[in-house]
Amino acid sequence: MSPREIFTLRDYLGPELKGRSISDARRVVSLTTILEQTCLVGRFGQLAGRSVLLAVADQLISALAMIEIDGVARRMLLCPPDLNADHIETLIDDAGIDAIVTDQPGRWADVGVYLVVAARAPERAVKQAKSERATEWLMLTSGTSGVPKIVGHTLEGLTGAIVADGSARGTPPVWATFYDIRRYGGLQIFLRAIIGGGSMVLTEPGEALADHVARLNAGGVTHISGTPSHWRKLLMSGSAAGLAPRYVRLSGEIADQAVLDGLKGAFPEASIGHAYASTEAGVGFAVNDGLEGFPASLLGQGGDGVEMKVEDGSLRIRSTRAAHAYVGRHAAALTDNDGFVDTGDMLELRGDRYHFVGRRGGIINIGGLKVHPEEVEAVINGHADVRMSRAKSRKSPITGSIVVADVILADGCDVSRSGQIREEIMADCRARLAPHKVPVMIKFVSALDITAAGKLARTDA
Amino acid sequence: MQQIAKEQQVTLPPLNDDLSLHETGFDSLGFAILVARLEDDLGIDPFTMSEDAAFPLTVGDFVRAYENVPA
Repeated sequence: MSPREIFTLRDYLGPELKGRSISDARRVVSLTTILEQTCLVGRFGQLAGRSVLLAVADQLISALAMIEIDGVARRMLLCPPDLNADHIETLIDDAGIDAIVTDQPGRWADVGVYLVVAARAPERAVKQAKSERATEWLMLTSGTSGVPKIVGHTLEGLTGAIVADGSARGTPPVWATFYDIRRYGGLQIFLRAIIGGGSMVLTEPGEALADHVARLNAGGVTHISGTPSHWRKLLMSGSAAGLAPRYVRLSGEIADQAVLDGLKGAFPEASIGHAYASTEAGVGFAVNDGLEGFPASLLGQGGDGVEMKVEDGSLRIRSTRAAHAYVGRHAAALTDNDGFVDTGDMLELRGDRYHFVGRRGGIINIGGLKVHPEEVEAVINGHADVRMSRAKSRKSPITGSIVVADVILADGCDVSRSGQIREEIMADCRARLAPHKVPVMIKFVSALDITAAGKLARTDA
Repeated sequence: MQQIAKEQQVTLPPLNDDLSLHETGFDSLGFAILVARLEDDLGIDPFTMSEDAAFPLTVGDFVRAYENVPA
């Protein structure tokens, strides 16, 4: 590939578009002049052709380092902030890492990697980095146990859906996401902001939701993305009233009708879309009609390089936006022989739409009968007084497992009515679910755990 | 049991110690629910606690399983 054909983030950043910025709670950095800055003390040249571990705790500096390293390094492995330190040696080994970019250089002195480059707040660069190669982008899967898998992408694949959507007309968007940008869902939003000529407001670890929302408003945010769990949390917080986004995007978990309707009610002016994407398969599609599930007509060969099919109940995707491989010595094959990624997300056809019913690995087995916790939650969440729920397995000496559910009631719901609400939820479940899927017990709780990746925690599933 | 029978839309016959569990009309799911609710109320599950708990055959066996749990 000749240098002219290389496509890097630098190509979308230049002085032409005024007023672009990226910010967190502590600083605002201009994207208009970012190419004149360096957050690597000008040492990007030392990273040329190297395999770089990007281990920067600070999300904003991490974003700026990505811009600076893309097109320079051979590959760049993005470390999410919650990465388990026990896994780092394996990951360094598997990805062939020979340089670390970090805002905590002391911490990396003894991992055996020779080159450690400090990342810090941007300053004026003496010399600007140039794009020399297509850097491979490595991301980690957000699985719950064991060493995460390393997934290899190209920038072209990562941005396939963004380029396909085209640039937004009118004022450039100001993006925000509840995700961390070192995760696939968050990185998509960061890339949308960069490629689409927009700006971005980042999350701040430990920040109270009301403060975050105030910052989103102050930053003029127009487009926001998060998981259904993120959005339910926002709807529950009472802070949603202060927001008026033009576009609301859900991804990363099943968007049920209740959360879609809840968002429509809270943001009547916004267009609301739910997208399907995974770290491995890339962005599959987005649905913008306000209904849960997706039209069956999306299956088959799309015009945009994405082909989808259902096999043994799960969604399979063959796509130019998919990762090209798992990286590492003992890495498994990412696709089947025909190039399809098995997403492990199970589908059910109802009428002319497919509905996501859960993860293949999350099935609860009740005396041989199966249920996905998500299908139970979708029914419970449909009750007007419920904001969020989690169905899970409970051991039973009779059937192996039974289904129980934890439920968070909506704001302003009269607690003295909880007995009646429980009866109503049970009646809904009995009317819409097979008997073994009906939760045996419903417990009202004040909170449910959300993982670092923004998904409802399903540790026992 | 009456409550679960109502939920499961099972018509319970009159209960007595000699009635076989099969005749109650409860299926294994019904019993799984009963055992789980009793565990929450009483704090015990005799079928999980004891390694050699025989599966009860009659309503009387079932009740005795709970009575025989060491305090």
